[in-house]
Amino acid sequence: MKSLTKFFLIGLFFCDVGLANDGPILEKAPIDLTDQQSLQRGAKTFINYCLNCHSANYMRYNRLNDIGLTDSLIKENLLFTAEKVGEPMKVAMNREDAKVWFGANPPDLSVEVRARGSDWVYGYLRGYYRDPTRPTGWNNTVYEKTAMPHILWKLQGDQKLDEKHQTLEIVKPGTLSVKEYDAFIGDLVNYLTFMSEPSKLKRLDMGYYVLIFLGLLLLLTVKLKKEFWKDIK
Amino acid sequence: MNKTKINNGGLLAWVDERFPLSSLITNHLTKYYAPKNFNFWYFFGALALLTLVLQLVTGLLLTMHYKPDAELAFASVEYIMRDVSFGWLIRYMHSTGASLFFVVVYMHMFRALIYGSYKNPRELLWLFGVAIFLCLMGEAFFGYLLPWGQMSYWGAQVIVNLFSTIPFIGPDLSEWLRGDYLVSDATLNRFFAFHVIALPIVLLGLVFFHLVALHEVGSNNPDGIDIKKNLDKKTGIPLDGIPFHPYYTVKDLIGVSTYLIIFALIVFYLPEMGGYFLEANNFIPANPLVTPAHIAPVWYFTPYYSILRAVPPILNSQFPGVAAMGLSVIIFAFLPWLDRSEVRSIRYKGILFKRWIALFVTSFIVLGYLGTEPSNVWGQFSSAIPFIGGVDKATIAARIFTVTYFAFFVLMPFYSKRDKTKPVPSRVKY
Repeated sequence: MKSLTKFFLIGLFFCDVGLANDGPILEKAPIDLTDQQSLQRGAKTFINYCLNCHSANYMRYNRLNDIGLTDSLIKENLLFTAEKVGEPMKVAMNREDAKVWFGANPPDLSVEVRARGSDWVYGYLRGYYRDPTRPTGWNNTVYEKTAMPHILWKLQGDQKLDEKHQTLEIVKPGTLSVKEYDAFIGDLVNYLTFMSEPSKLKRLDMGYYVLIFLGLLLLLTVKLKKEFWKDIK
Repeated sequence: MNKTKINNGGLLAWVDERFPLSSLITNHLTKYYAPKNFNFWYFFGALALLTLVLQLVTGLLLTMHYKPDAELAFASVEYIMRDVSFGWLIRYMHSTGASLFFVVVYMHMFRALIYGSYKNPRELLWLFGVAIFLCLMGEAFFGYLLPWGQMSYWGAQVIVNLFSTIPFIGPDLSEWLRGDYLVSDATLNRFFAFHVIALPIVLLGLVFFHLVALHEVGSNNPDGIDIKKNLDKKTGIPLDGIPFHPYYTVKDLIGVSTYLIIFALIVFYLPEMGGYFLEANNFIPANPLVTPAHIAPVWYFTPYYSILRAVPPILNSQFPGVAAMGLSVIIFAFLPWLDRSEVRSIRYKGILFKRWIALFVTSFIVLGYLGTEPSNVWGQFSSAIPFIGGVDKATIAARIFTVTYFAFFVLMPFYSKRDKTKPVPSRVKY
């Protein structure tokens, strides 16, 4: 019987192998949800660069309170697409227009990181290169034939794809160095990760207390059982 | 009839004259005798009941904020995750509970399998259990559409389309189930109705009958011995039996706290479980115009899904695969009549049964794994090999394990009869 149980558990273990996905090899995004400075920089970038086309319909402006921004700070500096801080991050762009202009609707980014993964977004936003065959003039190593133009090109500069080695190199520098640009995107992806599940930090914190409570409960129930079962032979 | 009735004129006596409260407690808890040698595998019945309650409570709270409308469903789930107080907790508990329900039920079924708990006189108990399992699968399937993500949508599309392979009535049947030509708002509404009203009621009724049948025949045990055969001559109480309360209530509390720790670990730290409990694609709103590259059901359906894919179409019809998939679930119901062994428990069964059950568990796990992956996951056989050249390796593996899966059941009357069993002791062991 014991060997059967073991067999079963080993089977379960192997069951989990093979999670590896096809697709580009992605660098790990520098995610740190406790780094409020980074999250605030990311929020600013998101609202200034992304929110003009992409919405975040499920994210309310005042949820930025969670990353240390007060209502008045939000109102004065970040509230472009709404009138009240309690409103979600909507965009004015018409969906039909967007489809004509870009060939595809810019997706809502509220939970994009949960669909794609933060590493994917991190790789995507750094993976643009010049490709004259594309209507926008840009292509991407992570998401081939992407419909989105490289809106951050002034910051990153132009990259060229080395087709043989599948590597990218800067051919025309932008206003940021490679390191600065990576950090810039890192902050943005960090923010997008926060936005995809704003209650995550609360969840991680709360779990700690719940587990301590349940651990004590387990101790108690083990003692209780021992006491009751003393006379059973 | 009722010896324990307390006639001191108090509130209990008043109630007892109108409702059998004391005798219910006596007959089903304090003087319900369960074998004293229950082991690890005997926690899962109580845990399944606990999970059912958790699902009902969290489900109830979710329905207070969820909107069963194709335009609003996805957003209402995100509203729950962000704006409802502790909505994220309720939602993760419900999604984790769904997967753990199947973990617990599979463990519970495995217990019955190794200790022969389905055998005479527990056939009806087992059949109610199989009915609960079927109902649970329906419940999970209907519930999975509700978040209205890409996987919800296309999973439902694929499963409902399975019905369209049934000869003659198929296409009309699947259209009738969907209420539309494709999965749409009408489908979402009716799936919601089934998920929150119809199936929970059926489920609760079946669980009640399952427990009534259990308490009629009494629990089996790891030795597969009938404890009612060894009664204390004076009291008439089974010598190997102990009152369910307090002994198993306190013991089950250990199981409950351990289970809740695992539950909490997942809810708080791994709610997506690497994409097995909550799939990444389901964070993209349902889009009837974009089919995901790889559609797979949630992990608890994947063994049967693998069987579906493994069966090749016959005369251009996918129906044989669908039939095989249906049979792979229904076949559990026949176990009491397939097992012709003289003993119940694996402890006294011979090597043949042990080998077959190992093969079955392996098939179940491998089929389960393959069902989560596209069928080209292991590549193809070299085209130089006759017959199977160029065929997906995983497909051949799935076929072999599908045959093994069914052979476990179909050959059981023969190997269980031929198996060399060991003598069963008269009293239980730990």
